[in-house]
Amino acid sequence: MTEIFNITLLSLQVSAVATIISLTIGLPFGTWLALGNFRGRSFILSIINTGMALPPVVVGLVVAIMLWRSGPLGNLRLIYTPVAIIIAQTVIAAPVVTGLTAAALEALDPRLQQQLLGLGASRPQMIWYLWREARLPLLAALMAGFGSVISEVGASMMVGGNIRGQTRVLTTAIVLETSKGEFGQALALSALLLVLTYLINLALTWIQQKGARR
Amino acid sequence: MKKILSCLFTASILLVSCSFGQSQTSDLLLVSTTSTQDSGLLDVLLPAFTGRTGYYVQLIAVGSGQALKIGEQGNADVILLHSPAAEEDFIAQGFGIDRRLVMHNDFVVVGPPSDPAALRSQPELDSVFKAIFSSASTFVSRGDDSGTHVKELALWKNAGLNPAGEAWYLETGQGQGATLSIASEKGGYALTDRGTFLAYKTNVNLEILFEGDPFLLNIYHVITVNPDKFPNINLEGAKAFTDFITSPEGQEIIAQFGVDKYGQPLFFADAGKTETELGLP
Repeated sequence: MTEIFNITLLSLQVSAVATIISLTIGLPFGTWLALGNFRGRSFILSIINTGMALPPVVVGLVVAIMLWRSGPLGNLRLIYTPVAIIIAQTVIAAPVVTGLTAAALEALDPRLQQQLLGLGASRPQMIWYLWREARLPLLAALMAGFGSVISEVGASMMVGGNIRGQTRVLTTAIVLETSKGEFGQALALSALLLVLTYLINLALTWIQQKGARR
Repeated sequence: MKKILSCLFTASILLVSCSFGQSQTSDLLLVSTTSTQDSGLLDVLLPAFTGRTGYYVQLIAVGSGQALKIGEQGNADVILLHSPAAEEDFIAQGFGIDRRLVMHNDFVVVGPPSDPAALRSQPELDSVFKAIFSSASTFVSRGDDSGTHVKELALWKNAGLNPAGEAWYLETGQGQGATLSIASEKGGYALTDRGTFLAYKTNVNLEILFEGDPFLLNIYHVITVNPDKFPNINLEGAKAFTDFITSPEGQEIIAQFGVDKYGQPLFFADAGKTETELGLP
């Protein structure tokens, strides 16, 4: 029982940290893409949008190759640690948050920017106001980012190694129980994962809707 | 918009019917352990079988534990695996018939070339595991109820040790290939079948440190899922596969597999022999 608790806790910690890092990267970057007017912008957006569909196993493979002892970052000794999973999940979630942030801000009326600047707002003030204006889709971006990592298994398996007591998370534990033929256990863990994901999204939706009514 | 939707719908129906269109009666569902797939043997054996008999084989490679569960639910026609005790239970419970000895390879203990627990100088199997235990060297276990994992647990038990819960004892819950990669990265020891090790040798920094004990034999049987219990299974196909893999042609493929690449065979063809002839009690 404590083992399941620890696995669950690790899943939440790893995915939450990865989501927060993705947010700190994706929010500014997505904003820059949405508001900027420069050459190559559409190209970068198309790359980001492709990144939103990055297969976790591909991310896992590339991150694993980087982190192996024989790889360029091998000296950091990060392969098969929770940090390795966080790195891979950040690579998965960051494009999701970036792309949805850009989409959310682009959906705002473009005259709003001009109006805010015209009323004497500084650029940071203007961006702050735009974020507040787009807070509903921005929270949706956060939920999508979290959802993409808490549910992925390919990258966690490859860079984490599913080591018991160290890097085993809910999704890799489900794969393991299934491979052992313990379908009951696997279903129980799946239910746990779904309930957790639901509760987190419920909380975020509640915050989102509270914001909507204001 | 309607037009686009109906186009998409038609396209998806077409795609689905294409991908399922192949499944005719000539399909055979084979469940095997990851070790046979990782070694590459089935990549040679299955095309030869298809060429000879016309049966197209769908292969599901899983751990032995899951392989038997899949068989118990009738979701396979034929099973190829290496957990003799569990297989005998499977037959005794009426889930399988026509169990035949196919081949063997053996387990070896591998580890980092630096060999911190000095396994190279150990005289016998028990002392190998005692040396790992007493030196608290990293040991990477499959931890997935596979045939290899069951064997490894038996080896600890025979040595009178219980490594469960020790900080140096890592359980990956993954296949043999992934477990070897993790052992290599962590500088740890592992128990592996020789075939998978030879196939992965160039990619991992591990060496064979102990081998040759009769208890380390890894014996493969083929079992047909009982058609009395599951009338839907492809009995003819299963029989064709069992006959092929134990035929002189199939056995020759097994005996030659790996010789050109590794200079030694990965499996020893044993059709028609008994377990006693292989040196087992």
